[in-house]
Amino acid sequence: MDRYNRHIILSEIGETGQNKLSKAKVLVVGAGGLGCPVLQYLAAAGVGTIGIIDFDVVETSNLQRQVLFGSSSLGQNKADAAKNRLLDLNESITVNSYPEKLTFQNAIELFNQYDIIVDGTDNFETRYLINDACIITNKPLVFGAIFKFQGQVAVFNYNNGPTYRCAFPNMPKQGEVPNCSEVGVLGVLPGIIGTMQANEVLKIILGIGEVLSGELLCYDALTNKSFTIKVNRLDKEIKSILKNRNDFNKQNMDSVCEFENFANSIKEFLNQENVQFIDVREVHEQPKVEGIPVTSIPLSSFLEHLDLIDSDKKKAIFCQSGIRSKMAVFILNKHNIHNCYSINEGPNEINGYIKELQKQESNE
Amino acid sequence: MQIKIKYFGMLTEITNCQEGTIDFSGIYISELLEILYVKYPSLKNKEFQVAQNQQLVSGKTKLNSNEIVLLPPFSGG
Repeated sequence: MDRYNRHIILSEIGETGQNKLSKAKVLVVGAGGLGCPVLQYLAAAGVGTIGIIDFDVVETSNLQRQVLFGSSSLGQNKADAAKNRLLDLNESITVNSYPEKLTFQNAIELFNQYDIIVDGTDNFETRYLINDACIITNKPLVFGAIFKFQGQVAVFNYNNGPTYRCAFPNMPKQGEVPNCSEVGVLGVLPGIIGTMQANEVLKIILGIGEVLSGELLCYDALTNKSFTIKVNRLDKEIKSILKNRNDFNKQNMDSVCEFENFANSIKEFLNQENVQFIDVREVHEQPKVEGIPVTSIPLSSFLEHLDLIDSDKKKAIFCQSGIRSKMAVFILNKHNIHNCYSINEGPNEINGYIKELQKQESNE
Repeated sequence: MQIKIKYFGMLTEITNCQEGTIDFSGIYISELLEILYVKYPSLKNKEFQVAQNQQLVSGKTKLNSNEIVLLPPFSGG
């Protein structure tokens, strides 16, 4: 137990507390900016069983904030890569990796195997799914979320406390709130918020201090100011989830992530005819794509402008990073508009290809 | 009465400021929101909660503070 000496010599923890940690089972959903620090501290603290579910792979742009990963993990599944790192950190714990998506179909069975669920995801659909599955399986939910320089932390569904739906009853519409890959995030922010989440997990397991239940903590990294807002339990919201529990696994994700295969290169489309190129970025976003006709339909007002879509043509849709373009494809498919392709490349690369093509043509 | 309004998250992209004041003579939070919707029409399309005195409140609540906070949910992780 030398490893945990600094815990054990704390009278609030001691050997009893350390044993509680080693018996605890915590599931972390998402091994990204928030998930990484949560996992790191839970593993170091000796939480006996840690589950990690994430379907995504490690990319270079993750390394600015997802501190469990290094160059050697690039291209690997995040849950598997995190597991390798955590077992190096602490070989005495059990780490279960689930390299898959959390869905309405697998959530309940998975949550039932753990004591505490940690939300480290990056989209509302999964956040509401996690919240509802926690209500159904009666598990405490340690919630964290970030936007640019600001973060939110709370413990939901703890000792009959409020749930995420009690704080935010209505799920924002698709594309209403952009995520980190679209707007950017200060790398250290998920480190701060994720570490606060890890702290709440440890307090729940150890039964010490005051758990951040019934409150939403809001933090601003630029001012280093934080405040808490009291959240009341809304029984109506919780009852409606419990009432429909038997149909929970019959729901489907509308998520953009269903469209992983909608990853296409602009190269395939540039020399084709009958293609409509659609830019779904906001009007002010730079640089513009030049040299081909482009229809601008910002995602924020996409539904209002479906009439601009040419139903006879192939639709090659791009944005800055390939995420909003997937949302656009998803929205179009939902409106029965097909033959839509989300483009991987952003405007810089697209402009590069166009210039190459123009050069080739002028040489011919 | 001058009411201080604090904006968080993506709401600041609509308001272009983190806080502002408005002159308000009504009673309910919903009336205050109507004034804000006139000033910033895009706020209408955003999900957010209102807090006064460090507590989430509904539109039907009476305004009893000279500072309110507009708090949207964050999705990033």
